Amino acid sequence: MSLSLFALQVVNGVEYGLLLFLVASGLTLVFGVLGVLNFAHGSFYMLGAYLAWWISQRTGSLLLAILVGLPVMVLVGLVVERLAIARLYARDHLSQVLLTYGLVLLFNELQRGLFGNDVHGVATPKALAWTMPLGAQTWPAWRAFTALACICIAAAMRQVVLKTRFGMRVRAGASNAEMVEALGIDVRKLFATLFSAGTALAGLAGMLAAPLTTVYPGMGEGVLILSFVVVVIGGIGSIKGAFVGALLVGLADTFGKVLLPGFASAMVYAVMAAVLLWRPRGLLGPAFEGR
Amino acid sequence: MALSRREILGAAACSALLPRRLFSATAAKLRIGLLLPYSGTYAALGHNITDAMKLAATEHGGKLGGRDVEWVAVDDESDPAKAPANVNKLIAGEKVDILTGPVHSGVAMAMMQIVRQENVLTIVTNAGAQAVTGNLCAPHVFRTSFSNWQTSYPCADVMLKAGHKKAVLMFWNYSFGQESMAAFKEGYAKGGGTVAKEIAVPFPSTEFQANLSEIASLKPDAVFVFFAGAGAAKFVKDYADAGLKDRVALYGSGFLTEGVLAAQGPAAEGIKTTLHYADALDNAANRKFRDAFKKATGRDADVYAVAGYDTVNALAQALGKVKGDTGAQKELIAALEGVRLDSPRGPFRFSKAHNPIQDIYLRQVKGGKEVVLGVAMKGAEDPAAGCKMGK
Repeated sequence: MSLSLFALQVVNGVEYGLLLFLVASGLTLVFGVLGVLNFAHGSFYMLGAYLAWWISQRTGSLLLAILVGLPVMVLVGLVVERLAIARLYARDHLSQVLLTYGLVLLFNELQRGLFGNDVHGVATPKALAWTMPLGAQTWPAWRAFTALACICIAAAMRQVVLKTRFGMRVRAGASNAEMVEALGIDVRKLFATLFSAGTALAGLAGMLAAPLTTVYPGMGEGVLILSFVVVVIGGIGSIKGAFVGALLVGLADTFGKVLLPGFASAMVYAVMAAVLLWRPRGLLGPAFEGR
Repeated sequence: MALSRREILGAAACSALLPRRLFSATAAKLRIGLLLPYSGTYAALGHNITDAMKLAATEHGGKLGGRDVEWVAVDDESDPAKAPANVNKLIAGEKVDILTGPVHSGVAMAMMQIVRQENVLTIVTNAGAQAVTGNLCAPHVFRTSFSNWQTSYPCADVMLKAGHKKAVLMFWNYSFGQESMAAFKEGYAKGGGTVAKEIAVPFPSTEFQANLSEIASLKPDAVFVFFAGAGAAKFVKDYADAGLKDRVALYGSGFLTEGVLAAQGPAAEGIKTTLHYADALDNAANRKFRDAFKKATGRDADVYAVAGYDTVNALAQALGKVKGDTGAQKELIAALEGVRLDSPRGPFRFSKAHNPIQDIYLRQVKGGKEVVLGVAMKGAEDPAAGCKMGK
């Protein structure tokens, strides 16, 4: 492999990883802080993509679709949290899997009923519908924009979690929810906010990815599995870990396809196994048994 | 010909049943079993095949060979694991006279294992697996759709004629993709083309970026691919986004653009594919069929609907000859072998292995529509490797 092709593949892998991070960050937050194993997270990704398609088709603007779609996703997150997830905080993981898997089926049926089973393309916004030369090929500007957006969101999340009062409560809630409650902080409100933020992140990832991936039934499931791999590699609950894990998965998948094509689909899991052998709690997982 | 004990016993059992069957067959309704997906990814295909079959039956006055038709539909969920139970339900439970379906090749393989033991006349209405009319072929099994070979082999010649001597192949790594590629390579090697690289993508992964970078660095004359549905939609868009569309010509079997043209948008412009049908085929039978299908269902007909339509039309012709007597299977099979259809896809007849002999068209996407450029291979007949029938 020539050096320029190698560099190009690194760029491909990083870009793929950044998008995965956006989905996985919400998953790791909900898992780490709320202690809920949320299988429906991939459905939120799918819902975001379908909203992007549905709204942009009617308004002709993907930007508008994202602006309208994001509040919708926040609302969906709040409703799902109140009606379903809130009942799970005291339950074990098995009940959580059962209920959230039920949600997956529900969302799939909703998608079938509301949007139908066809494959849809989403037009890239005109301003970004050009390509830039990059080594032997060209690279769509929308991919670069998505990657940049993911980096910005990652930086913003870091600021919020480390520097704001809300972020402090989230971190506190993650290490000891009962104590936080005893200190007079409304944990239920905190959890609801956090869950809907995770939902919105997954939805946003779906909206950004829609022009790249096209929109189709079942698109959330593949992303969900990879997101779980990212979360496990990075360490449950760690946003920084999810970031590192996502890049690792993106690169492993990209280079697996090029160097070991027959082994490509196993590559990601091989990396996960290797990381877990080395650090059973993930790269940046909690050093002690937290929540 | 040596007869096995089972065949002798089977023949004895059949002849014992014969008189009763003859008596009841012409009087009773003709029960046609449909083993098709009505839920899941392939649901739209299942519905189109079913509706086209019903449309054809209506055009024959609701009767085939003088018998009223009764449909027995089972949702196969495109799940090969559930196929044996579903097939048994139709054969043993519902006692269908004729079994039709399925869409998914995995389901078809499971179905073949059973119908080869049972003596039910079976018509495969979509699945293109080579084995159905290859090494698993059977006298009472017909196919009205296509074999994977037919969708890909002719494309090799098309590419060579266009001067593309060096190609990269890219495909979903499961039986359909593998059979497609094998057929293509056979034709491509024969014509002196070289395959620069074969890229097998795990099914159903749709992350193509890494492989597209690779193609760009290999600089082939052309790329031949097998993807379908959502994967096809995404591949075509990614291919254009990677800047390859205007530099390396993209070819594929027709499934690359079937049903996903709208989703692909301008990215699909110029892609050439080979298939046994095109919506835009300009012949009287196709125009009549498309109008009637639209009127009956409100939807546009497609390649899947055509196979359903031809299935019932072939049955109508053959059953007419034996006066609706499905008990006289030998005569019915002979009648089916003699069927000649003026199908929406063009002239249609069965090969000795019971796969359609049909023209394969070269199509190109122009202005967001599939345009027929001409016939890529006239009267294409699957080589039916491993099938001893009629040889």
